Amino acid sequence: MHFKPIAILARKEFHDRIRNRWVLAVTLIFAVFALVIAYFGAAQQGAVGFRGIDVTIASLVSLVIYLVPLIALILGFDAVVGERERGSLDLLLSMPLTRLELLLGKFIGLSAALACSTVIGFGVAGAMLIQSEPAAALFHYGGFMLSSVLLGMAFLSLAVMVSVFAPDRGRASGMAIALWFFFVLVYDLLLLGGLVVTGGQVGAQAFPYLLLLNPTDVYRILNIFSLEDVRTLYGLTTVFPSHLAHPAVLGAVMIAWIVAPLALATWRFRK
Amino acid sequence: MAHSAIEVRGAVKRYGPIEAVNDVDLRVETGEVLGLIGHNGAGKSTLFKLMLGLVPATAGDIRIEGTPVRGAKFREVRQRLGYLPENVVLYDNLNGLETLAFFASLKGVSRSECAPLLERVGLAHAGDRRVRAYSKGMRQRLGFAQALLGNPKLLFLDEPTNGLDPEGIRQFYRILQEQRAQGTTIIITSHILSEIQERVDRIAIMKTGRIQALGTVASLREEMQLPLWFELRVAPEAHEALRNALAQLSIGEIEIDGHHVAVHCPRDRKMEVLNALTRFDHRIDDLHIREPSLEDVFLGYAG
Repeated sequence: MHFKPIAILARKEFHDRIRNRWVLAVTLIFAVFALVIAYFGAAQQGAVGFRGIDVTIASLVSLVIYLVPLIALILGFDAVVGERERGSLDLLLSMPLTRLELLLGKFIGLSAALACSTVIGFGVAGAMLIQSEPAAALFHYGGFMLSSVLLGMAFLSLAVMVSVFAPDRGRASGMAIALWFFFVLVYDLLLLGGLVVTGGQVGAQAFPYLLLLNPTDVYRILNIFSLEDVRTLYGLTTVFPSHLAHPAVLGAVMIAWIVAPLALATWRFRK
Repeated sequence: MAHSAIEVRGAVKRYGPIEAVNDVDLRVETGEVLGLIGHNGAGKSTLFKLMLGLVPATAGDIRIEGTPVRGAKFREVRQRLGYLPENVVLYDNLNGLETLAFFASLKGVSRSECAPLLERVGLAHAGDRRVRAYSKGMRQRLGFAQALLGNPKLLFLDEPTNGLDPEGIRQFYRILQEQRAQGTTIIITSHILSEIQERVDRIAIMKTGRIQALGTVASLREEMQLPLWFELRVAPEAHEALRNALAQLSIGEIEIDGHHVAVHCPRDRKMEVLNALTRFDHRIDDLHIREPSLEDVFLGYAG
């Protein structure tokens, strides 16, 4: 594998997103949403204003689970199929580079754009929120941002896979939206529904492992488990064994969610 | 041992039940210019993709400069290839110079080549303009400039004059001639056959995935035994006598329209017709012999 073509392609993808102000727009969306959620997050309890960092992160996690996968899927769904429809894919492939290098270049460039927006957007919001918080709060917030970047990369990887499998852009966008619905809205409902219908008899043992099959759940557990104040609030400790909840384990699962769709995409692309 | 620039042996490409390329054998020598012609869907673009290693062949062996196109070593050969795909749309958000710089960096070619190349294809004035604002012809010129990056040893040009105005076409063939003089091996497809017939060493005619005919334009004409046309300008009072004289030769069609007479004549009886015409020389104002065009040859094979 050669790194130069990967770097060239990644740089182009990243510069494209800077130039068309994609990075700026998404950064603003993240920053504004984060501040609004942090400020109004407790409105249901009859109060507004910034609360402790742990509660704020818990609110932001819910926001990220909806927003980041959607933005990542929109960002990546036409990475390959768009080039194919434009007729430029054959031209790219006639250059001295392999298909794996092409996919990696695109993926890394798009990831950099998404990571930039995530870190700056939530970073700006965080800087305004945690001025007087202790170092532990900073650590938690850093972990929240890092895991948000990983969640974005997992969905970007799924998006790149869709863009390889789909025969045209129209179907690629449909597949991307279907993935978002499935992982963000449907999967947990199905899981809960299954547990309730069977009275917890079937699948209770497998439940924690089934949660790992959804990157948004991995992300949620990764963040919630590290926050003392909110862990019990979510009741996670009762269903999720602590040996699985170690950040290193969950981080590895998240990385697997980044690698597996890309590997599948590469296999298909080579065919 | 010296390799041919391109060697295709028994190449087959199937998409499901469709045989896009069917048992093609083709050898193109270094420095040769080959015209690849055929109807839409004849398999030209698929053969291009096979030769560039963009799609795997169902069967057969394809080598460029002796290197198998699907092997790992082909990466190095790619640096010496130039490719202009059919109807390519480049990146709208980049300007002309940035587009070339992007492909130059992928090819490992110095960026300093880009500005002179833009000038060479007549786009020097538009280098800093976004491709979004380019006309179809300008995009085609930019695509051609991209194919010329790194002074390639092999050029694959799929319908390169699509969308070009007459001046653009002339400029394109001037550059192609310069490349040819440098010894570049060139494969070119075109729908405008009259354009390429004077500019290629050999022609391959494709039909339903097969190469139906391969040779120089002259040899293909010869092989097809296509008739010649004598076009004459003759005073109307001599028409009857002329018709009788030619009828004695029984050489086929004679068409008369006002002063114009057209005589259809098998190639091997050209001299007999000329002899017959000399008897009318004082009544013939003009005489023109038209060779069958590449279109005629093409329709004969691919029709």
